Amino acid sequence: MEFDLPFIWAGIIAFAVLVYVILDGFDLGIGILFPFAHNKKDRDTMMNSVAPIWDGNETWLVLGGGGLFAVFPLAYAVVMSALYMPIILMLLALVFRGVAFEYRWRTERWKWVWDWAFFGGSTMAALCQGIALGALVQGIEITDRQYSGGWWDWLTPFTVLTGVAVVVGYALLGATWIVMKTDGAVHHRMRDLARPLAIVTLVFIAAVSVLTPFQDFVYFERWFAMPGVLWTLPIPVALLIAIFALFKGLAPGGHDVMAFLASLSLFMISFIGIGISFYPNIVPPTLTIWEAAAPDESLWFTLVGTVVLIPLILGYTAYAYYVFRGKLDPEAGYH
Amino acid sequence: MLDGFSAEILARFQFAFTVSFHIIFPAFSIGLASFLAVLNALWLWTADNTYRVLFDYWKKIFAVAFAMGVVSGIVMSYQFGTNWSTFSDRAGPVIGPLMAYEVLSAFFLEAGFLGIMLFGREKVGNGLHMFATAMVAGGTLMSATWILSVNSWMQTPAGFAINEVGQFVPVDWWAIVFNPSFPYRLVHMVLAAYLTTAFVVAGVGALHLLQDRDNKASRKMFSMAMWMAIIVTPLQIVAGDFHGINTLEHQPAKVMAMEGHYDSHPDGAPLILFGIPNPAEKRIDYAVQIPKLSSLILKHDLNAPLAGLDTIPDEDEPPVAIVFWSFRVMVGIGFAMLGLGLFGAVQRYRGRLYDSATLHRAAIAMGPMGFVAVLAGWITTEVGRQPFTVYGLMRTSESLGPVAAPAVAASLIAFIVVYFFVFGAGTYYIMRLMGMRPGTEPKLSEGPIRTAGITPAQQTPSE
Repeated sequence: MEFDLPFIWAGIIAFAVLVYVILDGFDLGIGILFPFAHNKKDRDTMMNSVAPIWDGNETWLVLGGGGLFAVFPLAYAVVMSALYMPIILMLLALVFRGVAFEYRWRTERWKWVWDWAFFGGSTMAALCQGIALGALVQGIEITDRQYSGGWWDWLTPFTVLTGVAVVVGYALLGATWIVMKTDGAVHHRMRDLARPLAIVTLVFIAAVSVLTPFQDFVYFERWFAMPGVLWTLPIPVALLIAIFALFKGLAPGGHDVMAFLASLSLFMISFIGIGISFYPNIVPPTLTIWEAAAPDESLWFTLVGTVVLIPLILGYTAYAYYVFRGKLDPEAGYH
Repeated sequence: MLDGFSAEILARFQFAFTVSFHIIFPAFSIGLASFLAVLNALWLWTADNTYRVLFDYWKKIFAVAFAMGVVSGIVMSYQFGTNWSTFSDRAGPVIGPLMAYEVLSAFFLEAGFLGIMLFGREKVGNGLHMFATAMVAGGTLMSATWILSVNSWMQTPAGFAINEVGQFVPVDWWAIVFNPSFPYRLVHMVLAAYLTTAFVVAGVGALHLLQDRDNKASRKMFSMAMWMAIIVTPLQIVAGDFHGINTLEHQPAKVMAMEGHYDSHPDGAPLILFGIPNPAEKRIDYAVQIPKLSSLILKHDLNAPLAGLDTIPDEDEPPVAIVFWSFRVMVGIGFAMLGLGLFGAVQRYRGRLYDSATLHRAAIAMGPMGFVAVLAGWITTEVGRQPFTVYGLMRTSESLGPVAAPAVAASLIAFIVVYFFVFGAGTYYIMRLMGMRPGTEPKLSEGPIRTAGITPAQQTPSE
C-alpha cells in the first residue's frame, strides 16, 4: 500500500498547530484578561489555574516549528523569512509572559512589572500569531526556494484584522476557562466579560470569512464552486451549532464546561475552514505540501516515532489535566 | 550603531548571543533535575527529612531556571529559520527530524511532568510524584542527547547524500544519529552539566556553612557536591581528552587553533601553555611552551608529527585567537575544579569538611565557574568549526537566508535588551533564593510552589 507521506504529515502538523492554538489560546487569553481582574487575589487565582500546565501547552508551538523544520524544511525556511518581524516579536513576547509565571512570586516590589509583562507578552504574542496567520492567507512570494517579498508585506489592514481577531478570540477562550475553573468573584467577572467577547469574536470571524475569498480568487472557488461546496457546507452549519452552545453555556444558569468547550469548537471550526482554504498548499499561493516536503526517508523516520509518541504525549497531558481537575479553591492553593 | 556590519556577521552574532544565553539554563537544569530526583529518592528511601528540605529548597531554584530555559529555548527553535533559512532548507531533512524527536521525546516529557513535580505531590502521592520527578530528569537528558546529536552531525556529518536541489538527504539514520563525534560530545556535555550544578550546590552550601556550620541541610548539600567534584572532575578531564583526540581525527584545523599551532611540527609539537596569538604574522607571540608535550597528549607519542595551520587554506581557517583563549579558559577552570575537589577530599579526610573556612571561600569563588567553562567550551567547538555550518560541506556565508542587515540588527538589539533585562531579573531572583538558608526560607514569596495551606492571598496585605 502506498502512503502519501507529505499528506499524512500535513495532517499531523495541522493537528499540532490546532492543539497549540486551543491550549495556549486559553492560557494566553488569561494573560490578555489580566487587567480586567479586580484585584491581586483574582490575578493570583487566574494565573494559578494554568501554572501547572502552561509549559506543556507552549511545547506544541515548539512542535509546530520543529515539526515544520523536520518535514517541510522549505516551508519553514520561507515562512520564517517572510514573517521575520512578527515571529521575532512573538518570541520576545513569549519570553516576557513565560518568565512572569515564576518571577511574579519572587518579588513584592516588582510584582506589578511582571503582571504587566504577563499581560503585554500574552497580548503581543496573540496579536503576532494572528498577523502571521493573516499574512499566510494573503500569500507569500517565493522565487528559487527563497522568500522574495518585501520586509513589510506582513503588515496590511487584513493582517491587523486577523491579529486583533486572534487577541479577542483568545480572550474568549481564557474567559470561559476561568469560568470553568473558578468560583466566586472572578468567576462572575469573567462570565460577564465572556458574552461581549463572544459577540466580538463572532463579528471578527464573520469579517475574516467575508474578506478571505478576496485575498485570492482560489479561495473563492474553493468555497463556493461545485464540488468543493459539498465539503465546505458543513462548516457554517457546525459553526451555528457551536454558537448556539456557546450562548446557552453563557446564559444565566448555563453550564460552565459547555461554554468553554463551545468556544474551543469555534476555534476548531475556524481552523478547519482555514485548512480548506489552504489545501493543497502549505504556503499559499504557490508552495504545495508535496513541493515543500522533505524526502521520504526523513518523513518515514520521523513518522515512526511520532505515531508512538503523540498518543503517549496526549495521554500524560490528559493525566496532568486530570490531576489538576475541577474548580480551583482560591483559599487553598495546590494541596 | 550597528551600521557597517553585514547581515551575515549580525546574524552570526545574534545566534551566538541567543544560544550562549540559552545554554546556561540547560547546563544548570540538566544537573539540577537529576540532583532533585536523587534527593527525592533519598528522602523516600531514608526518611531523613534533610533530603526533603533540600528538595524543596532546590525545587524553587529549578523552577525559575527552568522557566528561563523554556523561553530562551523556544527562541532557538525559530532562530534556524529566521536568519538561517537557506541552511534550514538544505540541512532540514537531516537535522529537522532529530530536533522533532527532541521535542516529542524530551520537551513534552519535561513539560508534562513538571507541573506534577512542582505542584502535585499532595495530589498524586509520593510514588507518582517520584515518577514525575524522574521523568523530568530523564527528559532533560533525552533532550541533551538529541540536540548534541544534531550539533555533532553539523561538526562531523555522516550518513547523508546531497540531492538535485542541494539538500542534505538522509541515507543511513543510524550513522546520522551516532555520527563520529556524538558519543564524545554527549558525555563531555552531560558531565559538564553535572559538574556545573555540583559547583553551584557546593558554593551555596559553603555560603551557608560560613554562617552556620551546624545547619544539617547545608552540610548535606556541601558534602554531596564535594563528592561530585572529586569523582566527576577527573572523569571529565579524561572525557575531554578523548573528545580532543576525536576532534583531531575529524576536525584537525580546530585542534590546530586550540593549540595555537600555526606551523607544522614534523618531529614533536610543543604544548603552548600561554601566549598571544598574532593572526597577521601567523604566530604566537611570547609563547610559554613545553616541548613535545602536545604530541604526547594528542598522539600519545613524544615525537609524533603534528600538522599546523600552514597546511590549511586561509579561507578554511577558523579564528585562532578566540579558540586559543576560550580553550585555555575551559581547561584552566577544569583543573581549578580538580584542585578544589582534592582540597575538599583532604579536608574531609582530616574531618574538617564543614569547618574549613578557606575551603568554603574557595567553593564560593568556584560556584559560578562551571558556567564559564561550559560557555568557553562551546565557544571553542563552535568557533573552531568555522567557516562552516556543516563541516567541510556548507559554509556559514552560504547558510544565511535572504535577510537584510537592518532587520537583523534591529532584532539583535531587541534580543540583547530583553535578555539582559529578563534573565538579569531571573538571575537576581535565583541568587536571592540561594541567599536564604535552607529550612529557614520565609513563607512569604513562596508563590505557587508551596506544600500546603499558604495562599498568595494570605501572604500579602489585602488590598
